[in-house]
Amino acid sequence: MQTTTVFLVLIAFCIISFFLGRTRSQLIAKTRGGASLHSLPKHYGYMAAAWALLPSIAILLVWTGLESHLIYNSVISGLPAEVRSLSSDQLGLYYNQLQSFALNQIDEFGLDEGQVAAAQHYREIAASLAYKKALVVLVVAVAGASLALGRIKPALRARNHVENILEWMLFICSFIAVLTTLGIVLSVLFESIRFFQTIPVTEFLFGLQWSPQMAIRSDQVGASGSFGFIPLLVGTVLISIVALLIAVPVGLMSAIYLSEYASRRFRAVTKPVLEVLAGVPTVVYGFFAALTVAPFIRHLGESLGLNVASESALAAGLVMGIMIIPFVMSLSDDIINAVPDSLREASLGMGATMSETIRRVVLPAALPGIVGGILLAASRAIGETMIVVMAAGLSAKLTINPLEAVTTITVQIVTLLVGDQEFDSPKTLAAFALGFVLFFFTLLLNIVALYVVRRYREQYD
Amino acid sequence: MTNDDNYRTTALIQASLRKRYARERRFRLYGMLAVFAGFVFLFLLLADIVIKGSPAFTQYYIKVTVDFNQDSLDLPQDYTSKDLARADFGAVVKGSLREMFPGVSSRAEKRRLYRLISVGADYSLRDMVIADPALVGKKQDIWLLAHSEASSYLKGQVTAATDEAERKVKDVQMTWLNTLREEGRTELRFNTTFFLAGDSREPELAGIKAALVGSFYTLLVTFCLAFPIGVMAAIYLEEFAPRNRLTDLIEININNLAAVPSIVFGLLGLAVFINFFELPRSAPLVGGIVLALMTLPTIIITSRAAIQAVPPSIQEAALGVGASKLQTVLHHVLPVAMPGILTGSIIGMAQALGETAPLLMIGMVAFIMEVPAGVTDPATVLPVQIFLWADSPERGFTEKTSAAIMVLMAFLIMMNAAAVYLRKRFERK
Repeated sequence: MQTTTVFLVLIAFCIISFFLGRTRSQLIAKTRGGASLHSLPKHYGYMAAAWALLPSIAILLVWTGLESHLIYNSVISGLPAEVRSLSSDQLGLYYNQLQSFALNQIDEFGLDEGQVAAAQHYREIAASLAYKKALVVLVVAVAGASLALGRIKPALRARNHVENILEWMLFICSFIAVLTTLGIVLSVLFESIRFFQTIPVTEFLFGLQWSPQMAIRSDQVGASGSFGFIPLLVGTVLISIVALLIAVPVGLMSAIYLSEYASRRFRAVTKPVLEVLAGVPTVVYGFFAALTVAPFIRHLGESLGLNVASESALAAGLVMGIMIIPFVMSLSDDIINAVPDSLREASLGMGATMSETIRRVVLPAALPGIVGGILLAASRAIGETMIVVMAAGLSAKLTINPLEAVTTITVQIVTLLVGDQEFDSPKTLAAFALGFVLFFFTLLLNIVALYVVRRYREQYD
Repeated sequence: MTNDDNYRTTALIQASLRKRYARERRFRLYGMLAVFAGFVFLFLLLADIVIKGSPAFTQYYIKVTVDFNQDSLDLPQDYTSKDLARADFGAVVKGSLREMFPGVSSRAEKRRLYRLISVGADYSLRDMVIADPALVGKKQDIWLLAHSEASSYLKGQVTAATDEAERKVKDVQMTWLNTLREEGRTELRFNTTFFLAGDSREPELAGIKAALVGSFYTLLVTFCLAFPIGVMAAIYLEEFAPRNRLTDLIEININNLAAVPSIVFGLLGLAVFINFFELPRSAPLVGGIVLALMTLPTIIITSRAAIQAVPPSIQEAALGVGASKLQTVLHHVLPVAMPGILTGSIIGMAQALGETAPLLMIGMVAFIMEVPAGVTDPATVLPVQIFLWADSPERGFTEKTSAAIMVLMAFLIMMNAAAVYLRKRFERK
């Protein structure tokens, strides 16, 4: 049986158990001479349904997750020894072919006899596993439901029981956040460790050359690619600095103007309009950067006699700056608004003008918070992908000239992972190492920024 | 202090005041300029896209006198409907074009002549003949879809002013097109292909339907996962979580996840869901799961705020008449908080709809012509389609890209408007 069918049968069974539980509790109450139930009949129904569904669905999920591994191991162990001694790449290819054949995705053409036989074996195992899965899952569901139904008596605290189950489910849902973080850390960490087994950490961290092409044959010229990550870091930082140079002045000054000078009505209209900039998808910014801003900057540079690359860091940084303006604006706005009015009034009362008050009193008081906001904006800029993928270059040049093309960490992750790849090559693993670095950097920036912002908030609370 | 001193101080202050006021005005001006700059950026961005994209909503058709003669169709004497499906309609189009412009003789010129009509014309003629086999052997005026290059000339995007070597539409083609226009054989129509077709290598045949359906399935998966999980997590953290280390850990994690770059979620999807659990590549299922994990923090944070905003009196009243904690939350707090929760969820969904980078990681960048039929079919989504088209060098795709962006933005605006509307209604309570 198909997994979806099993799932649907399970749901149907769960609904049936609900009605069974409800009816049974009512019947029991009646036969006991109207003895009052502890909970409403529907709670007994919920209990039966939960017992039917939860254990069986857990088994279904785990089984489905492990199924392909089970099939793989069984099929591989049935293969002749000379096939099993193939390198892992070739074995993977061999297995993929027979798998696609077994699933009727390709025809027999180009497969050897062993593969056809193994595919037959594959089908048998898959069918028997699917059969066993359906059987086990349904037996567990029936067992769970009958256990729950058997326990129904007027004194059973079914409502509390159901509420306990629900509270556990609530907890599990919130724990998914922790699992996600764990999943991210483990997935990038494991692949990074495998990467650092072939490429030394020091070469990665301090190398000045990034050219991840791996040779197809080992005797090729320039066989091993170089994986020095410094040019990527410099490129990323360069583009982020350009972005912050745009976003911080514009965002901060807008926030100051809107919170200190503008009328309520002007503010009510302006703020949402500027926040539209935050809602524009990054791929749109990328398109704008690549097709409009970059050529414009190149023409401008040419007319000034400058040599500007067509994928200059300036264009990508500029557009990224536009993207994070609303981000800087709303963060600074919050922080400026949190500065107590007593400080402003004291300064204005001493005869200072509005701008003097802002510059000498409000901004110094808000400075830690604003710095925190800028750090958050920087982490945004570092992790931004689409704009740089579309508008920044691919060649890793070590330069701090914003008119040249540079590449960034995120661009390299995308180029290394998009398209066909074998999963074990250093090239693919390098992407995970870069992902690890990216995650680590942005996490660090975020923790520092959140800490600074929180400390600042507490100061005036 | 004498009067004289006082006078001098006042004079000093008076003198400095002008400078200080000037500085004040300057500062204010900077502020206004900053706000204005934001407006200008937004305007430039939108104007650029609308100007580039709006031509894509129309397409030129050319009226060709099609000669369905049996020879050029390459049909046997007594043909069946099967033969019709295999007939050479390309030759029919070419022959008809040659008849219309008898002067064309050289091979290179002929090839240019054929390039006036889209290759898709073959298929539309085939469908026509299969629907009405009596057409064979007849001559008929039929509107055929123009090639994207011819269309761009007719729309005035390419003019004779550019150097001939730098444009794809050559001078001869321009003269032919001018003749056709004078004879009333060209017509601008609304581009339905754009909304009804999947991706194609030919700009005039490419459409966004496959990507739209892909986006729909992906968002469906995202919503089905992120909404219940997010709301349940928010309920737990607001109403049930004890103050302890574990709760702190969960909260810190949610806040940090909200700031993790989206591409890292793509790496997670690739390593965990595709390589470990071996879910299908390029499928809306995996894309939806990844986007759900990405939007969870947004939904949890906004739902918590909405639950917090529910007046405690409601809870106390429910608890006071003997409802359990869970009943209080489910029957009384949640319904009141629902508009706020929905607002947050819609904003989260809008984020997910515009997201591209993590989907590139899990292989949703394939060239998809077929409309996906389920969550496990290979699919692409609208932002990725935009990314793919933006990469194509052909001019016709630039306008398609902008038009697809306009469609995407229209959806985003609708979603955000719905969120604003909900929030307004919520506030009125």
